Amino acid sequence: MNDRRQELTSYAIGYTLSLALTVAAFAAVRWPSVGARATFGVVLVLGVIQMAVQFRCFLHVSLKRSSRHDLQLILFSTLIIALMVSGTLVILFNLRERMM
Amino acid sequence: MSEPELAHAGLNLGPSAELTRDGAENAIFGFWIFLMSDAVIFALLFATYGTMVAGTAGGPTPASEFKLLPAFVETLLLLTSSATFGRASIAMKYAEPRRTLFGWLGATLGLGLTFLALEANDYATMVAHGAVPSRSGFLSAFYALTGLHGLHVAVACFWLVVMVGQVLAYGLDARVKINLLRLGLFWHLLDIVWIAIFSVVYLQGAIR
Repeated sequence: MNDRRQELTSYAIGYTLSLALTVAAFAAVRWPSVGARATFGVVLVLGVIQMAVQFRCFLHVSLKRSSRHDLQLILFSTLIIALMVSGTLVILFNLRERMM
Repeated sequence: MSEPELAHAGLNLGPSAELTRDGAENAIFGFWIFLMSDAVIFALLFATYGTMVAGTAGGPTPASEFKLLPAFVETLLLLTSSATFGRASIAMKYAEPRRTLFGWLGATLGLGLTFLALEANDYATMVAHGAVPSRSGFLSAFYALTGLHGLHVAVACFWLVVMVGQVLAYGLDARVKINLLRLGLFWHLLDIVWIAIFSVVYLQGAIR
């Protein structure tokens, strides 16, 4: 039952880390110590780290060869999302600026 | 490689699975492709929200609508439900007693339903003082984004009930196991989408 313990540990680590990152993000907003833009930056960075933690610990995506396909799919989807989201933001912010 | 039977990401079938590894891998990989296309929809709704958040049309603003405490409680509920589902998939993989599996699945369902109740309560509070979807671009984008996520959680809860029925009717055969794995991936991904929602929507709105 060594595998089982290892997997339980993986979930426990994922849960604890996610909990800590969530509390940190809410605390950064509840008791701000830096400017608004910097606070939002901190929140975004904590969010991305938590996503990576959950992909690793809950969805078992890793750099191991057995999960390479999933990792490639996720990274490719991330690229597509980044292109579409940044394109949308650039165009629509530009549009709003011109309309104002 | 240390654990050859964990052959695919999220594939917790265990060494005794009757289904061929290729078949199981294809079944799960196909579901991953669906999940990623779902993620694209959410990402574009986030982009829409980002461009709309300033468009309050003189009505309610993020700062006036969003409370940190309910958002924090909802986050904890969803995060914990993700962990309890993980515990349920371990119970499935290592053929723990049926009671244990149902216990963890039941806990997951309870947390999911509580999350939905809290979110419905948030909506009701907002609607009560005129923050309805048609009020401004900001509110339309907000309801579209969080509403679609809530709809996903509701569908996942319904799916979980169906899975309990499948386990009761067919036992834990390979097909039912793969269905439970798919639901697990879906559930974990909904929590990941929620990370983006509480960061971009609730916390951004509450930053002074």
